Amino acid sequence: MGTQAFRLAAASAAAFLIVSALIVGALFLQTNTLLTDHVVEELHGEAAELARESQGLDTEALADKIRQRAAATGTGLYLLTDANGKKLAGNLPEFPAALAESPTGGVFRYPRAGDAPGIERLAVAIPADVGHDRRLLIGRDIAEQVEFAARVKRTFLWGFGALALAAMIAGLAMGRSVLSRIEVINATSRSIMGGDLSRRIPLSGREDELDDLSQSLNGMLDRIEQLMNGLREVSDNIAHDLKTPLNRLRNSAEAALRDPRGADAYREGLEGSIEKADDLIKTFNALLLIARLEAGVVEETAERFDLGRLVHDVAELYEPVAEEQGLTLNIETEPGIEVRANRQLIGQAVANLADNAIKYSAGMDRPLELRVVAVKARAKSGFAEICVADRGPGIEDKDRERALRRFVRLEKSRTQPGTGLGLSLVAAVARLHAGAVRLEDNDPGLRVVLTLPLAPPSP
Amino acid sequence: MRVLVIEDDRETAQFLQKSLKESGHSADLAGDGETGLAMAQSGTYDILVVDRMLPRLDGLTVIKTLRTEGNRTAVLILSALGDVDDRVKGLRAGGDDYLTKPYAYTELLARIEALARRAIPEEQETRYAVGDLVLDRLSHRVTRAGEAIQLQPREYRLLEYLMKNAGQVVTRTMLLENVWDYHFDPQTNVIDVHVSRLRSKIDKGFDKPLLHTVRGAGYMVRDGAV
Repeated sequence: MGTQAFRLAAASAAAFLIVSALIVGALFLQTNTLLTDHVVEELHGEAAELARESQGLDTEALADKIRQRAAATGTGLYLLTDANGKKLAGNLPEFPAALAESPTGGVFRYPRAGDAPGIERLAVAIPADVGHDRRLLIGRDIAEQVEFAARVKRTFLWGFGALALAAMIAGLAMGRSVLSRIEVINATSRSIMGGDLSRRIPLSGREDELDDLSQSLNGMLDRIEQLMNGLREVSDNIAHDLKTPLNRLRNSAEAALRDPRGADAYREGLEGSIEKADDLIKTFNALLLIARLEAGVVEETAERFDLGRLVHDVAELYEPVAEEQGLTLNIETEPGIEVRANRQLIGQAVANLADNAIKYSAGMDRPLELRVVAVKARAKSGFAEICVADRGPGIEDKDRERALRRFVRLEKSRTQPGTGLGLSLVAAVARLHAGAVRLEDNDPGLRVVLTLPLAPPSP
Repeated sequence: MRVLVIEDDRETAQFLQKSLKESGHSADLAGDGETGLAMAQSGTYDILVVDRMLPRLDGLTVIKTLRTEGNRTAVLILSALGDVDDRVKGLRAGGDDYLTKPYAYTELLARIEALARRAIPEEQETRYAVGDLVLDRLSHRVTRAGEAIQLQPREYRLLEYLMKNAGQVVTRTMLLENVWDYHFDPQTNVIDVHVSRLRSKIDKGFDKPLLHTVRGAGYMVRDGAV
């Protein structure tokens, strides 16, 4: 890209030079022609005048006239000869050889009187008709005009040279600066490829396109690093939350096998193993589901349904469970909250929230009026809002964001049964449906608010 | 009951064959989709158990082919893919039920038995009776020994499903799917709580319990011990 920038700079400089050379060249030619035309026109005028005046004048009188004109200062050149070519008057030493064959005149060189020998000046001349026995050539010295033209040409040439040089230097400098910055990006990329994912491309602070690009690349790197860390965290967690129960499963099978009681012990051990395997399967399924949700793959099964009704139904499923724990489950749902979503996934999310709320409220030693779990659904400013509030231990401010992540079970809850995936599954379901999950203080207890976009009004 | 198991994992297939035999059914095995399809086309089976991912011809194609040929044999799909989407795809292809691996054999057995019963053209029964427990589907009235029992709408549906499958094991997942129409994991055993509530209404105060817990499997409504 750097050399490309240099090439572009050089090309545009060249194009600029060519165009200005054309314009200046045209101007120069035009001026030159104009000056020459002017001289030739003047000559023709004088020739006509002399032709008129020469009528009736004898040769001697004409010679006097010519002598007068030739003596005047200026650029006028004259030569009067007789029919044989002998000079009678004028300031040209002899008939120019260059014009011998040209009856209408032309350009020639001549030595000016008083100049050093060998120096010839440029002139233009035409014949004037002054009768049959004499010949008159009138001309103009155009050396100065030529000199002027040469000066203009020189000026233009120097100008163009300087311009071209400046353009090339600017292009080179630009190319080199761009190149060196790209080299920085390259070097950073290579060291990242080498495994140092924490490296970032330094910004020049010029806030130009390259800085923009670097910023985008840095943003991309941040996201990748975040995902990688997430992945690492997940695999660490898998190692812990799947391997630990697997080990327990293995231990219980071993213990049963060693048990001297025999058949009864085997049966107990096998039953325990099946239970532990089932728990593992649950964890595994939840994990897979979250992974699939995060890849966003269930759009096909989205349907339109009344969210209030679903929340009510799912909460009702948990009502007897709450009652068994000495808790009151308050269900308040507005009718007619239409959403377009996967009904089973939303149901699972509400079930997880209700299950958590009951689980964490159950062990608390609260007065009767606080032995309540509230499940609500309502429409609020364009969103459907599901709110599940408990009177459990709650989650501290600093832990709330972490609690939504996969496998995170805050220390206090490690002893509770469950996969530790409940809330993160809710968060994944929310994200999939362009919704969000908030954890709030229920003072005391935890309030989880799940928002989902309302379905557009049906046609 | 004749079952055709189309499953490419030999160990799983043989386990199913052995288990089904022990449960009083007969089972044929097919190791790939093509063989399975040919056997299903020629043989007479009550139930097909079809794995989704099979060599040569995948499970869904086998089912679709059979359905377009007019073969209406009940199909239970077995799959490692347990997503909501996968389930819907399986049922759309013509499957009657969908079970995700890994599964408990009791769950599989309960489901194929339920499918086999469904396959028998059901005369429109308006009344279920088990022992002295009677459920009238027209008036939605439930009586035991002539005495009316007050049930919540959900409890009524729960009992209705259990009585429709009287004498057969009904698993918790089957109840969740058929009574509540939920295809997700409710985390805790919510179903147990609902069943024990129902039990307290229909069995409490009677000598002979009708709603039994089948250990490691589920529940059964039956006149007599399990």
